[in-house]
Parts: sequence; C-alpha cells; structure tokens
Amino acid sequence: MSFSLVNILGTMPEIYLTFFGCIILILDTMVPNEKRSWLAYFTIASLVFAMIASYGLNGKGLPLYQGLYIIDPFSNFFKMTIYVAAIITVLFSLPYLDQEDIHIGEYYAFILFSTVGMMVMVSAGDLITLFLGIELMSLCFYVMVGLKRGSERSVEASFKYFLLGAFSAAIFLFGISFLYGATGTETLSGIAAFAANPGSLKPMILLGIVLTLVGFAFKISAAPFHMWTPDVYEGAPTVVTGFMATASKIAAFGVFLRVFWVSFSSDRHDWNILIIVLSILSMMVGNVVALRQTNIKRMLAYSSIGHAGYAAMALLLPNRESLFALMFYVFVYMFMTLGAFGIVLMLRKSGVEGEEISDLVGLHHKHPAAAFLMLIFMFSLAGIPPFGGFLAKFYVFFAVIHAGYTWLAVIGILFAAIGAYYYIRIVMVMYMKDPETSVDFNISSMGRIGLLLTAGVTVFLGVYPAPFVEYIKSSLAIFIP
Amino acid sequence: MTFLSIPILSFLIFFPIVGALLLLPFMKMNDSDKTVKWISVGITVIEFIASLTLLIGGNPGTYKMQFAEDHLWIPFANIHYTLGIDGISLVLIVMTTLLMPMCIFTSWVGIKKRVTEFMMAILVLEGAMIGVFAAMDFILFYVFWEAMLIPMYLIIGVWGGPNRIYATIKFFLYTLAGSLFLLLAIIALYFKGGHTFNIVALMGQHYSPVFQDFAFIALFLAFAVKIPMFPFHTWLPDAHVEAPTAGSVILASVMLKMGAYGFIRFSLPLFPQASEFFTGLIFALSLMGIIWGALMALAQEDMKKLIAYSSVSHMGFVTLGIFVFNTQGVEGAILQMINHGVTTGALFLCVGVLYDRTHSRLLSDYGGIAKVMPVFSTMLVIFSLSSLGLPGLNSFVGEFLVLLGAFRAHAAIGVLASTGIILAALYMLYLLSRVVWGKYEPRSWSLPDMNRFEWASLLPLLVIVVWLGIQPNALLSMLHASVNHLIGQVHPDSPLASLTGDFRN
Repeated sequence: MSFSLVNILGTMPEIYLTFFGCIILILDTMVPNEKRSWLAYFTIASLVFAMIASYGLNGKGLPLYQGLYIIDPFSNFFKMTIYVAAIITVLFSLPYLDQEDIHIGEYYAFILFSTVGMMVMVSAGDLITLFLGIELMSLCFYVMVGLKRGSERSVEASFKYFLLGAFSAAIFLFGISFLYGATGTETLSGIAAFAANPGSLKPMILLGIVLTLVGFAFKISAAPFHMWTPDVYEGAPTVVTGFMATASKIAAFGVFLRVFWVSFSSDRHDWNILIIVLSILSMMVGNVVALRQTNIKRMLAYSSIGHAGYAAMALLLPNRESLFALMFYVFVYMFMTLGAFGIVLMLRKSGVEGEEISDLVGLHHKHPAAAFLMLIFMFSLAGIPPFGGFLAKFYVFFAVIHAGYTWLAVIGILFAAIGAYYYIRIVMVMYMKDPETSVDFNISSMGRIGLLLTAGVTVFLGVYPAPFVEYIKSSLAIFIP
Repeated sequence: MTFLSIPILSFLIFFPIVGALLLLPFMKMNDSDKTVKWISVGITVIEFIASLTLLIGGNPGTYKMQFAEDHLWIPFANIHYTLGIDGISLVLIVMTTLLMPMCIFTSWVGIKKRVTEFMMAILVLEGAMIGVFAAMDFILFYVFWEAMLIPMYLIIGVWGGPNRIYATIKFFLYTLAGSLFLLLAIIALYFKGGHTFNIVALMGQHYSPVFQDFAFIALFLAFAVKIPMFPFHTWLPDAHVEAPTAGSVILASVMLKMGAYGFIRFSLPLFPQASEFFTGLIFALSLMGIIWGALMALAQEDMKKLIAYSSVSHMGFVTLGIFVFNTQGVEGAILQMINHGVTTGALFLCVGVLYDRTHSRLLSDYGGIAKVMPVFSTMLVIFSLSSLGLPGLNSFVGEFLVLLGAFRAHAAIGVLASTGIILAALYMLYLLSRVVWGKYEPRSWSLPDMNRFEWASLLPLLVIVVWLGIQPNALLSMLHASVNHLIGQVHPDSPLASLTGDFRN
C-alpha cells in the first residue's frame, strides 16, 4: 500500500476532523467549566474548516488507496449535508447541555468523531472500509445516547441501541463474509464485476445481499428493523436524537445506494422486491403507529421511519431521477427534522424537557414565533407545499412512476394522506387549543441561528429551490450505468 | 400586458402575500387591530382594482392564454413558472378579488382575537387562490392548490365555532387525500405527454384510452372532493358551520369553484374520451347531489348548514352543465359558478350579520326580523330569491342554460334536474318565512339594522346580482371563445351549434 501524497490530500477533511476532535479532548482538560461554550465554537469552526476542505475537493472523481476510498461529487454531497447537520446540532446544544447537566467536552469530540465515521461511510469503496466507518459512527452514538448517566431512560436506550447495533453489525459482517467468500474481494467494483457473472455462486451472493440489506435497513431504521428507533430516540438527549435521526441516516442512505447500485446492480431483479417490502412496511409502521403517540419524540421517531420508507423507494431503479430524488429527499429531510427536534429541545416544563405533545398546547399564545416555525416543519414533513418536504416527496414519486411502479406510488400516497393527520394534529394543538400548562421556550442566540437556518432553508427549498437543485445536479455521480 | 411594467398576474398573486408579510410587525403591537383591518382593506381593494386591468386589457375574442409569463422555476424535471389566463379563469379571478374586501368587512366585528394573524391568513389565501386560477404549469398549479389548504386550515381551526377542530381536520384530510391522487396523475401525465408540465402542451397530446380512464379517475377524486360532489360532500356542512363568516364565504364562493374549474381546465381537454366514458357516472352523481343536497337543506335548523347543503345542490348543476358537452351547458355551468359565488357568498354574509348580533344561527331563534331590520331583510330576501333562481336575478340565467343543455342531452336528466329548482324554492322560502316574516318576539339581544361595514360588504354584491340577471351577456361574451374552444377540444368534429346566440339576441 502506498501512502502517496494524493491519498493523504484526498482524505484531508477526515484527517482534520480527527485531529480537531483530539484537540478538543485535550482542551477539555484545560478549559474551565463556565467557558465550555468555547468548545462549541471551536467545534463549529473545525466543521466549517473541513467543509471548506471538502469543497476544494469537489468535482474530483478519485479512487484513493487503490479504490478503498472514493472521493467523488456524490460522496462530497453527502459529506456537505452531514457537516451542516453537525453544525446545526452544535448550534442547538448550547443551553440544552447545561440544562440537562451533561455539558462535557467529550460530547463535542464525539460529534466530530462520529462525523468522521459517516464521512468514511459515504466515501467507502470497499466493504471493510465501510464497516469501519459504520462502527466508528455507531460507537460514538452508543456513548452519546447514554450521555445522561443519571437518567434511566437514557441508559436503557444506550444499552438497547448498543445490543441491537452490535447484533446488526454482526449480521452485516456475516453478509460481507459471504460476499468475500464468493468473490474473493471486498472492493465494490470487484464485487460488481463478479456479481455480473456469478455462475453457480449466485446463492452465496444473494445471501450476502440479503444480510447486508438487513444491516443497512437497521441503520436507516426501516421496518421491520426499526424496533430500536422509538425507544432510543425517546431516551437519548434530544440534541443527540436530532443528530442521529438526520446525519446517521443520511450517511447510511448514501452508502446503501452506492453499495446496491454499484456492487449489486446486476442482481437488481432479486433485491428490488425486498426494497419494495421494506419501504411499504416502513411507510405503514411509520405513518400508522405515529398516529397513536403522545410523546413528540416518539412521534418524530415513527415519522422518521416513515420517511425512510419514502426515501428507500428511490433506490428501485438506477437512473438520474432516482438519484436526484434520494439526494433531494435526504437534504430536505435533514433541515426539517433537525428543526423539529430543535423546537422540542428548547421546550422546558418546570426545568424538565417538555416532550409530550400536550406540552405544546397553546404554544402559539406564549411563543408565536416558535409555534410558527414548528408549523413550517410540520407541514413540510407532511409534504404540503410550498415547503421543501413537498418537493422531496414529489421527486420520489416522480422517480417511482418513472421506474414504472405506479402502484407503489399509490400506496405511498395513501400512507402520506394518513400520515398528514399526526403532523397537522401538532399544528392543531399549538394553534387551536388554549394553554393549560405553562411551558417555557428557552432559546439562545445560537439556537435562534439554528432554527432560522433550518426553517429558512425548508421554506426556500420549496419556494425557490433552483440553486440547491443545481448543486445536487452537479453532484449526481457518474456511477449510473 | 403589464401594469407599470410589472407582470400583472404575478403581481396579483404576490401582492397580497407580500402585504401579509408587511402586517407582521403589527403582531407585537397592542391596539393595532383597527390599523391592520384598514391596511387589509387597502390591500384587497388595490388588488381588486389591479385585477380590473385584466378585464380592460384582455381580449375576449380569443381562447389563447393571455398575460402569459414563463420562467424556468426548478431546473430538474422541467418545472416552469408559467402563468396565463383565458376567459374562464379571468372571470373567476375577478370574482375572487371582488369578494375579498367583503370578507374583510364582514370580519370587522366578528373577529376579535388574533386579528393580525387572521388578516395575514386571508391575504395569503387570496394570493394562493389567484395562483390556482392563473397557473399554467401543472406543478405550479398543484403547489397553489395545496398551499391554499394551510391558511384555510388555520382560519377554520383558530377562528371557528365550538366544533372547529373536528371540522377543520376533516376538511384538511379530505381535500389532501383527494389532491394526492391528482399529484400522481400529474406525474404520470408528464411521462405520457412528452416530458413537460405545461398544461397547454399537455393538452396537445393524445393519450391511450386506458390511461385516460385512470387519470380521469385520479383527477375526479381531487376535484369531486373540492366541489364537493355527492358522496364526497360530507366535509362541507361541517366546515361551513364551524368556519367564521369570511371563511365560509371563501369556501363557498371560491374554493368550491376550483373543483369545477379543474374539470373544465384539465379533465375535459386532457381526457376527452374518458370524460365521455364517465359522463353517465357524473350525471348520476350530479343529480344525486342536486336532489339530495336540496332535501337535506329542507331538513336543517341551522342557517349555515342549510346554505351549505344548498351549495351541494347548486354545484350539482355546475357539474351537470360541464358534462353535457354543449356550449350552453358549459357556459351555463361557468355562469352558475360565478352566480353561486356571488349569491351564496352574500347569503353567508347575511348569516354573518345576524350571527354577529345574536350568536345564534338557529332558525327557531328568529322570526319577524323584517320589523326591526327592514333594510337587511330586503337584502336577505333579494339574495334568497336569487338563490332560488328567480328570473331577472343572476342565478336564473345560469340554471336555465344548464337545464337547456341538459334537456338537449336527455329529457329525463333535464326533468330530474328541474326538481332541484323547485326544491330550492321550497327551502329558501322556508328560510325566509322562519327568519324574515312571522311574529317578532323581542329577546335578550338587540337587532340594529346594518352598519356601514355591512353595507360595504353587501351592496356591491346586490348590484352584481341584479346586473348579471339583466345583463348576463357581459359575462357570456368573455367566456364564449374559451368555451367554444373547449367544446372543440372535447368533440373535435361536432359543429358548434349554439342556442346561446339566440338567447343573447
């Protein structure tokens, strides 16, 4: 293996973030408690720095380290999205971490390390690299979920996530071993070449595909591998939930798409049905079960399962429309979901987090601006124009109908109509009921920036998406057959 | 044509929306309600005056899209920002802008809490509604079509009656479910019709019969819920009863028309064969709507519910007229749309006048108000007579044309539809006899006659009711070219035999 300069240069953003993460761990021992917020600023600065570095690499289609690592516009798009998610998460963290009494320096380091893990995932050109990325990300999340050491729910969530995550990782590895056994290689392109002509080893390849699919479905929390999601989302500190629900899912989607479109594209007819079942089940579970939730974090967890179902539909046929649909979907999804979690984590009911739907009652009276932003996120999540969520759903249905699965689009539409109920119920609770409990809305200037950013982009993506669309179009990678 | 070199249609859409944003700072101020109301009146009146330039600058002799604008909006999937109007959308836009100031006048007393937000919702709604009528790109149309739901959802849900939450959620989910099928049909059309969302370009294509049938059903679901046609009408009485007066007026006068507009603009020209194939179904549902709505109206105690069911009945005439596929039928249907918008809007305003004084809409609470509110009673009587189709007032002409068209299609349809008019006379006169005439019993409330805001909201409508009854040609001449073109699209070979000409001379 050669460590030539180009390999190092190509992975500079990852190296920077790892380095800065270590710096934060060192700084943490020196910074006094009341100056902890400086670590947040430092984290944001390092993310912006890495973002600029990634931007500099844009447009270069480079297989690095003999194809183990791929820098292309596609991975760059996902990295950009993940950076933004991480930055917004840090913006939301500031008053929240202090209020929950979990303001420790390691939190920021873990944010950076998990970001590195996600970057490795979306850039992976090889299944082992991919596995390393997934594990790096997951290990950071296991810790972050359990950050509230005093809270039983948080610890339980962390433990649950760890056990199930380890289980899914094992299944995923098992799948990789089958693929390796059949093909003798772990690179995506090598597997693709072999899978095009597998001969009598086809069953082994198929087994490998199914097992890796399970691993990915776990990470994007698609039904029936979603069981962990509501509990973990509910138990985790809300900032971490927001980060998990967006960045980790987006990274998983990116690599899911790359692996299945590059390596397994010749077996498309065998796994298409699995994707269809996965997406129908997710839409069903996500939209129907969410109707009965009283805890808003659980509701958003089910909503994120439903959204995974919609986005997964875009994996069905490899063409520009599907690729665009998926990229646009995760992009919009990131802003609206993070925004919604941002509102939730700023609600305070006598010192504790206000996370019941009933806590939102009459929010409009006390905090009209917060209620209005939540209204934007809810209508956007429900897919109502003129917000970004509508165009995201539109492009998914566009791709699905283009691929000839009109009946699947009809099913998706039906669940979207059902799902709209629980989003507009939130709006109803905020606007149409008189306040009973007194809920405070605790906002810092950084949180305000985060909310305005998420809401602004959500609206902008629905009203004038042209600049974003151009950017995504320029990132449509070259690997479409 | 442009107005001060601003594209007039874009101006009409975005002026109220920008106006709503300008109201934002008033939210934090105390005692700003009055200012906000006057600003809103100003915005809607300017909007109305600006919309008159469409009447002046428009060419009634052509069916082509006028005042066209076209820009690339989203550079993926070829989505454009395309606007344009023909005679049909022109009259609907002007009707919309005309009614909006009245909606604000009628809210002067009725809306007491969160006035700024209410006005903002109304203004945003106005922009979206005009967008629906002006959009010539299917996605743009859909965006306005659904975006409209958000302010309406809030108007009913926040400022509505006691059962408002149930009503508004039902309204929202019904319309959303219908609309989503429209979205699928739009996407399917894109792939069948040459990779464009431009409505005019899509009309130029030919679609296979099977595709036409499925797409027609999808569009039908969206539009039938909105109109609402017979089995899909159950959201309407709830929404009407709970909505504040302005909301009821907008619902009845403008939003219901959008379903019919959708049939005229999309279903007929895009899917002529399917339209013919489903004519029987539409006739059956329309007749059911006409008779069922009228019978239900007879049984109501609540005035708003009575008028809501009468809307179902009247809208049955509209769909009937559209699907008889002859000039008088379609022109009658469009005329009926306008007339229903004006008359029913006025009736809801009248109920609002009473409700503001008494907070009751029950027929049993009233009686003999002619003695205490003579001027108002006169107005109510005239609008009721218009609603039941008295010759000389506006509704007569539309219903007459529709019936004429219906008789030409099939005598039995004409006869059945006519019963709707007889029943209309029954329920409207019943309403009048319970409210206006009879013995006046003084109650705890006082019934002063109309104030100046109520005058401002009802008088213009009264003028229009009478004027359209005497001079329907003013409207018909604007519609003629567009309607003939439409009939030509549905029946390419039929001679444009028209009795309307005789009627006009």
